[in-house]
Amino acid sequence: MRNYLNIIIAYSIMLLLIILVGIFQSWSIALTIFNYCMISAVMTLGANIQWGYAGLINFGIMGYTALGGLAVVLVSVAPVPEAWSVGGVNMMTCLGIIILMIFSTRYILKNIQKSNKRNYLIAAIIIVGLILIKIIAGPAIEQIEAVDPAKTGFLGGLGLPVLFSWIVGGLFAAGLAFIVGKVALGLRADYLAIATLLIAEIVVSIIKHEDWLARGVKNVIGLKRPAPYEIDLQTSPWFINLVEKFHSAKLDLANSLSERQDILNQLVIDASSVYVKLCFAGMFLVVVIILLIITQKALYSPWGRMMRAIRDNEEAASAMGKNVVKQHLFIFILGSAIVGIAGAMMVTNDGLFTPGSYRPMRYTFVIWVMVIVGGTGNNFGAILGGFVVWFLWVEAAPIALFFINLFTAHLPETNEIKIHLINSAPYFRFLLVGIGLLLIMRFRPQGIIPEKIIKQ
Amino acid sequence: MDLINAVIVLLNYTIIPALTYGSQLALGAIFVTLIYGILRFANFATGDMMSFGTMFAVLLTYYFQSIGINFGFLPTALLTIPFAIFMMILYMLLIDQTVFKYYRIKKSPPVQLAMVSVGIMFVTQAIIRIIIGPTDRRFLDGEKFILKATEFKEMTGLAEGLTIKSTQMITIVVTIIVVAIMFWFLNKTKTGTSMRAYSDNEDLALLSGIDPKKVVLITWIIAGILATIGGILYGLDKSYRPFVYFNNMLPIFAAAIVGGIGNPYGAFFGGYVIAFAEIFLTYAYKRFLVYILPESLEPNSLMQLLSTDYKFAISFSILVIVLIFRPSGIFEGKRI
Repeated sequence: MRNYLNIIIAYSIMLLLIILVGIFQSWSIALTIFNYCMISAVMTLGANIQWGYAGLINFGIMGYTALGGLAVVLVSVAPVPEAWSVGGVNMMTCLGIIILMIFSTRYILKNIQKSNKRNYLIAAIIIVGLILIKIIAGPAIEQIEAVDPAKTGFLGGLGLPVLFSWIVGGLFAAGLAFIVGKVALGLRADYLAIATLLIAEIVVSIIKHEDWLARGVKNVIGLKRPAPYEIDLQTSPWFINLVEKFHSAKLDLANSLSERQDILNQLVIDASSVYVKLCFAGMFLVVVIILLIITQKALYSPWGRMMRAIRDNEEAASAMGKNVVKQHLFIFILGSAIVGIAGAMMVTNDGLFTPGSYRPMRYTFVIWVMVIVGGTGNNFGAILGGFVVWFLWVEAAPIALFFINLFTAHLPETNEIKIHLINSAPYFRFLLVGIGLLLIMRFRPQGIIPEKIIKQ
Repeated sequence: MDLINAVIVLLNYTIIPALTYGSQLALGAIFVTLIYGILRFANFATGDMMSFGTMFAVLLTYYFQSIGINFGFLPTALLTIPFAIFMMILYMLLIDQTVFKYYRIKKSPPVQLAMVSVGIMFVTQAIIRIIIGPTDRRFLDGEKFILKATEFKEMTGLAEGLTIKSTQMITIVVTIIVVAIMFWFLNKTKTGTSMRAYSDNEDLALLSGIDPKKVVLITWIIAGILATIGGILYGLDKSYRPFVYFNNMLPIFAAAIVGGIGNPYGAFFGGYVIAFAEIFLTYAYKRFLVYILPESLEPNSLMQLLSTDYKFAISFSILVIVLIFRPSGIFEGKRI
């Protein structure tokens, strides 16, 4: 029981903080923070599987997040028939060529001995394939992008329900992780960090600049939602009745009927946004709980023990007949898939896909701070880290503003230093997160909730 | 005549810009490689440290301009280099004493130090943004061009002009001077030799009486010089914007690893490999080919291998290829 006590205390404090935000700022802001905390928690769960269970350092979180977001666009947006009729055949041919290239390379790798001849053959296949793709895809891409560029200019998606895209996002990320893992997992830890960071950067730059795929930096807006829209709620009678019942005491205070109607309208607008966010919160909570149960079960299964054995001593585990390379690849794919799900969840929550916003600072390093701060190797710790750091990241600016005002209260309003400091309040979040990371690494390197070691 | 024109086109649009960009990368890459070789970790705060030094140069340039000091036809920023370096070294030593020293003495694994450097990255970014803000700043003054296209055309009578910006010349010259002094220091002086020994085999170096404190101190000082000068040269050539400096860290890493991490010669060379690859693969060769090929073969398209959007992606792809086929880099890595 003592083991769980600190977990319960830490989570209660976190929940209290979010409730305080609800009381002092607004419930809508509190729920936005809560939802993002949840998304961050899923990302940290993914990163924690790789780092905490297996000791693999993955600085490519951003790439998997972006791929998850891409999945939402490709699954849920309605297809653009004009674009398909203009360039669909060519693009499908290119896809066929890529698949052909992969299989012929595999065939050569399997059936021809390692030699210069084999290398030349593979190089020839790749070069011929790329030239073919460039010739076939070039004109098609131009035509696709010319189809109503202000609104579409891309192939569109499949028009399926958006929740389905969360799974597809995970699969996309798993696919990328398979390739990255095959290429880079043999590298030493810090090389692996750099390689994954750069590969993620390549992925994002492809998503940014291939407009036919998902409109690139022109963004896709108005994505489908698994929750009702605010505007529908505001016009549906059952919702208005619900709000009326909920706030009846407040409405009874109104003096006239028109005043009562005004108050009710305002309440309905507020309540609709809270209701939508609650819907998202419910869905995210389900995902987090499912993932938590699975990861906890995995951690204490024979497989989890094997992973920790590999992490702590690779040579010994390998000598015991465990296939280290295979297990590393597997866990790398697993963790990345979870990050991909989180990426899809985030885009669904926002309702828009903005490839330009994927920056390593926000989507890789902050997530890593969450993992380290929360507690590596402990899923409860990882989730808590997601909550704490995201909360700090969002609330840093108001907190900084408060302290700046406190310390510069004696200065006149026109004081240049004061104005400069107030203007730079948003940047204190970097300072807060950085110092938080340094302090945790120095004085509590195992994180807020450390890894639990069960002795059998 | 056509051939000369073609060469001029290449010089103007690819070779000179690539040499400039390569020099800027090379300075950063040597910085990364020195830290990796002697302090033994991948420094994720590289870009922000360069930005930190440059910030002082920008602020001092503004100050010098306001009190009327300038450097004639050269940019005022060159005058501020010593002061900026001084501040940079102070900051680095402060970080080393308060943060890195603890882990070095504890002999923490390199990954932990890399994570710590991520923390430093956050803090440095915050300090920079709080002091100078995230906006784009130009601080180049003095002559902008050494050779203008029109002058060149008049001089030679060729159809193509050659432009040499003063920042390009300054970058190349300063880089050559700095790198030459640094290699001389590493190879010929006693301190430099002790640094190389420390990098090769720490225990053996300690046994032979090399003072680790002194080695670390000198490393940070050299790193500070390289970071500041590299940052200032980049800022003069393009412009100063904190976010761009953070992004530049990625090709710098690529350069250091491609050259063989831990090996300064490799890093120097790697910077140019990355720069030339980026520019040669994204340059539209149409104008060049028009001069060389007979008229019947003239290309219709731009003859561009990859769009310039993929500039960064190229350097990363090179890195990935090098990592797969030759993980120790083009030159054998991990030596100083």
